[in-house]
Amino acid sequence: MNEAVFAHRIQFAFTVMFHYLFPILTMGLGFFIAVFSTLHLITEDIRYADAARFWAKIFAVNFALGVVTGIPLEFEFGTNWSRFSSFGGGVFGQALPLEGVYAFFLESGFLGMFLAGEKRVGRTLHWISGLGVAIGSLLSGYFIVATNAWMQHPVGYVMDHSGAIHLESFWAVLLNPYAAWQYAHTINGALLTAAFVIGGVGAFYLLSERHMGFSILSVKTAIVAGVILSLTQLFPTGDLNGASVVQYQPTKLAAMEGLFETSQGAPLAIIGMPDTQNGKLIDPIYVPEFLSFLAYGNFRATVEGLNSYSRDLWPPVELTYYCYHIMVGLGTIFIAQMLIGLFLLWRRKLYSSRWFLWMLMLTIPFPYIANEAGWTVSEVGRQPWLVYGLMKTPAGTSANVAAGETIFTTMGFAGIYAVLGVLFLFLVARIIHKGPQEDATAHG
Amino acid sequence: MINAVWFFALAAMLTAYTVLDGYDLGVGSLSLWIAKNDDERRMALNSIGPVWNGNEVWLIAAGGMMVVSFPRVYAVGFSGFYLALMLVLWLLILRGVSIEFRSQSRNPLWRALWDGGFWVGSLLLALLLGVALGNVVRGLPIGADGYFQGTFGLLLNPYALLTGILTVVVLAWHGTNYLRVKTEGALFERAVRWSRTLWWIAAGMVIVVTIATFIVLSGGPRTFHVYPAAWIIPFFVLAGLVWGYLSRGADRGTPAFRSSALVIIALMLTAALTVFPNLLPSIVNPQYSLNIYNSASSPHALRVSLIANGFGMIAVVVYSVYVHRVFHGKVRLDEGHY
Repeated sequence: MNEAVFAHRIQFAFTVMFHYLFPILTMGLGFFIAVFSTLHLITEDIRYADAARFWAKIFAVNFALGVVTGIPLEFEFGTNWSRFSSFGGGVFGQALPLEGVYAFFLESGFLGMFLAGEKRVGRTLHWISGLGVAIGSLLSGYFIVATNAWMQHPVGYVMDHSGAIHLESFWAVLLNPYAAWQYAHTINGALLTAAFVIGGVGAFYLLSERHMGFSILSVKTAIVAGVILSLTQLFPTGDLNGASVVQYQPTKLAAMEGLFETSQGAPLAIIGMPDTQNGKLIDPIYVPEFLSFLAYGNFRATVEGLNSYSRDLWPPVELTYYCYHIMVGLGTIFIAQMLIGLFLLWRRKLYSSRWFLWMLMLTIPFPYIANEAGWTVSEVGRQPWLVYGLMKTPAGTSANVAAGETIFTTMGFAGIYAVLGVLFLFLVARIIHKGPQEDATAHG
Repeated sequence: MINAVWFFALAAMLTAYTVLDGYDLGVGSLSLWIAKNDDERRMALNSIGPVWNGNEVWLIAAGGMMVVSFPRVYAVGFSGFYLALMLVLWLLILRGVSIEFRSQSRNPLWRALWDGGFWVGSLLLALLLGVALGNVVRGLPIGADGYFQGTFGLLLNPYALLTGILTVVVLAWHGTNYLRVKTEGALFERAVRWSRTLWWIAAGMVIVVTIATFIVLSGGPRTFHVYPAAWIIPFFVLAGLVWGYLSRGADRGTPAFRSSALVIIALMLTAALTVFPNLLPSIVNPQYSLNIYNSASSPHALRVSLIANGFGMIAVVVYSVYVHRVFHGKVRLDEGHY
């Protein structure tokens, strides 16, 4: 691969993967804070207010990092992918600015009110601002997913004789069928991550025998929400997101499943190592005919393998395959973990099962890994296409930006983000160490 | 027609950004000297704290709108200004993180670190944004291939440096006026004095940059010859400066703030009219300039996106005004989040 193309890809991939760590929690935690806040308004139970106030502190730090690491991405559409933007801007750009106009303004606008606290703005306004922030962040997720969905499955355009594309339908772009379940699966993933973080921190306090009221509420919330969310992550959101891939991106499906040979009654590989050279999986464990069933609802259906396509249309198989299997593997573990937690809750043993609380605490990073792995499947699996079926990745870069410039700035980002990451962990650890304050008049 | 509407919509977005985040940057670029102790620093931070994030979104929203309305301009401009924009991004990170992290710890070294970051980030951002605008007005080496490569050697030319300094000075003046409205005590008194001094420097720089612009665009900007009525906009720069001078009294913080806002609006619109109908003029050959016709999306794309974004922006203005109202009045330190 051309050095410059590689540099542009690395820069975008690195900056977006680091950035995404933060919106996951912003979207997920924002929702839970809004729920706690609402429950407090309804029930007057002070534990909900304490919970909302505590999580708002972590939310503030997380949100700030999400914003500053997010702005580079909007710029990078132009700085690193100028030919892509010039080509498709009139079409995919229908969704992109709406993220700013309908979502960023909402969440950033009300954030100040939200962080200023109840004492400053009053209870009702504080509650409304919390809703504004939560809704804004969830809405921003839709518009950016719709932008990505256009790259996965371009719609709403018409091509002229010169090869340029023009917008044909605004609503087709905004309501891209690919976007709906991609968005649902993404949001579900964010909510699930927040559940794990809430539960993990609660578990930490329980294990340390501190803040019992708060931690019991946290762990219970995590388990109840976690059972539902881990299941919906698989079905329907995961399954139906996968259905879009089956329908619109057969090479991605083949790569992520490690299916080289077109097969009738294609087996599902639970594990196995792709040997792309020789077109097979090493040491696979198969469930016979199950891939056909998952993809088409029919055990005898034919699923296309990579061999149906010329090599230059294959995505990087190994990365796509492993990230997919990591994501699904973790997702399965999450279901099992949460069901065990639910069982313990039912038997009134949850808060005293130290082994389970340890597991809950230690698995905090795993949903992050699963989210990132999933997005890697989405983006790497789309290769060699930048816009599936329309524009290959090397054709979309900024040709006027030298590899050297890009490598320099990527290193710059790497350094800055390493520092930011350490600072983030430090600040969050301090907040957790300080713990939730039961006193409603204490200010941060 | 709609192409021109979009041009001015973008100009309006960027103007709103400069008026709003302008005072955040102005406060920041003076912060180390105008605020002399921890209480004053906290007062300055809390004056912009609840609103700075929302103010910054105007820039992001403007960028997104540029993608859909003039994708070629976005592509050529952003890739051409590559290194400068990366620097801007890092400064935005520095500025944002400094504001949000500073009060997370009471340790004086921690606070001093982020005070420094807030100052450096704000000052350099104001400078670079001014340099960028100056280069757009002056013109860029866009060649036959439709792209350019903006090296620092190119971008830091004398004219752009002057517009950069103008921006720093005007935004600093604007920032002191904001502090006059929002703060009390010694910080307020310093803001009043500094506002007066900065007015003189700002007025001087306006004159210098005006002359420089006439030199650089030999004969003056074309738009003003073709539409002489456009001269009313630069007139408002003058009017704003006069209003600012008349508002130098200690109790005239609010009119002073409005006057500096007016000066910024008029300067931005003057710049917009100066390049119109170009968005990225070429100094190699006017034929290579990116204008509102050769760089736009299709008419249909322009129409629907104008409606979709327009609706949203009406709502934004309404609730943004409301949010700013909630925080109006002097900063109350005991209630400050920062």
